[in-house]
Formats: sequence, C-alpha cells, structure tokens
Amino acid sequence: MAKQHNRPDRTRRLIVKAILAGVGLGLTGWKRARAADASLWLKDAFTQKTEADAIKALYGKDAEASDQVKLDAPEIAENGAVVPISVSSALPDVTSIAILVSENPFPLAATYKIPPGTSGMVANRLKMAKTSKVVALVESGGKIYSASKEVKVTVGGCGG
Amino acid sequence: MASTIRLRAIVSGDTTEVQALVQHPMDSGFVKDSAGNLIPPHHIEVVEFEHAGKAVFTALWGPAVSKDPYVKFSFKGAQKGDDLTVSWVDNKGESDSLVAKIQ
Repeated sequence: MAKQHNRPDRTRRLIVKAILAGVGLGLTGWKRARAADASLWLKDAFTQKTEADAIKALYGKDAEASDQVKLDAPEIAENGAVVPISVSSALPDVTSIAILVSENPFPLAATYKIPPGTSGMVANRLKMAKTSKVVALVESGGKIYSASKEVKVTVGGCGG
Repeated sequence: MASTIRLRAIVSGDTTEVQALVQHPMDSGFVKDSAGNLIPPHHIEVVEFEHAGKAVFTALWGPAVSKDPYVKFSFKGAQKGDDLTVSWVDNKGESDSLVAKIQ
C-alpha cells in the first residue's frame, strides 16, 4: 500500500524538479543575453589619478609618439560636458584604442578592444573638467603609439 | 519599456559602419545636486557588440564619457540582414541589450 503511494509522489517530485531546472536555465540564459560582462572593466586603470599611472595600469609600458595616430578633437570646446573626440590609425593589427584627458580627476576616459576584422577607428563624446591635453593611444603589434592635442574648455563638464 | 539603446549599422562594400546611442545619466560622482550633495557615480562600464556570436567591438567606459553616450566604429565581414547584438552593464549592475538588423 505504501509502495503504491510512493510512485506518484516520486513522479511529481521529478516533474517539479524538471520545471525548476527549466526555469533556472531560462533565467541564466536570459541574463547572459541581456548583460555585457561587467568583469571586463579595468577598475585599476580607470581609477588612476595621473595620465602616466593610467597608461602604466592599462598597458604596463610607455607609449611612443607617432604620426600614424590621428586624434580629432576641437581646438576649443565651449561645453566641456560633450566634447566630440575621434581616434583613427592606419597602423596594422590594431588591438586596442584608449583616450585620456590628462586634467580630469581620473584621466582614463575610455578604452576600446579592437578584434581582427574591426577597423582601428573610434568616435565618441567625452567630458572635460577644464582645458587639458587629450591623449590617444593605439596598441598595434604589441607596441603603444600615441598622439595628443590641447583642447581649450570654456565651460567645464564637471558641474563644480 | 522602450530600449535604452539606439543602433544603426549600415553595410557599404565589405565594411559595416555602426553607430550606437545609449540613454544613460553617466553621473561622474563629482557633480553636486541643487542641495549641494554629491551625486554618486552611476555610469556604464562595459558595452559589447557581437556579430555572428563573435565580439566585434568592446567599449570600456569611465565616468568621463558624456551623458547619453555615443560611439561609432566599423568592422568587416557582415552582410545586409545579419543581426548585430549590443549589450551594456553599469556600475550598479543595471543592464540592457538590443538586437538590430544590419542595413
């Protein structure tokens, strides 16, 4: 008698387990599809307070100035909250691009990973606290090349 | 809820030009509100672009990227009608993603 009662119980437990597993899979799958991988962020490099320390944290080596790196930024930015900046390079095998604003509280503003097949070019918009040197870094063939430009800011982008 | 992401990807020859615009406050942590209190940092950290299951571009952003960030790049190997997936995550763990057809 007890045995007969056991069977439907076990089946029901199996069904409940299957449903829970299905829901679990569905949720993790959904999460993976919806969110970028937060662990890729480089906290150490983004929290350095000087340009040199940020470059060291980012690449572990010095950059060499190169006319192969093209940095497009305005001479004068009237609004430091939105400064259009683009970087491009004709260097082969570009693997990353980084942009630093030397006088910002945290100089490293953005860095981009460039896999094979993607052009060595990026355009974005950055905040500048005040007049500052802007530095573009391009990683190519394991070496770091740089270009820089002074951008005058009339109204700072940090609200202060 | 409407997506926070606007994505335009256009093929020309063998190159696809991608422009993305994300709605996000990108609070730097250095700005005070009207009562004089610091607004805590709230900014996107990582944006990933994928085509055919492969990362074609990854952006890592600090608090110095402007509010409602814009980014443009281009890559090779995509066809008109292919899917391009973009996803972001910020320092509070909020996230969003979008799949768009390449035009």
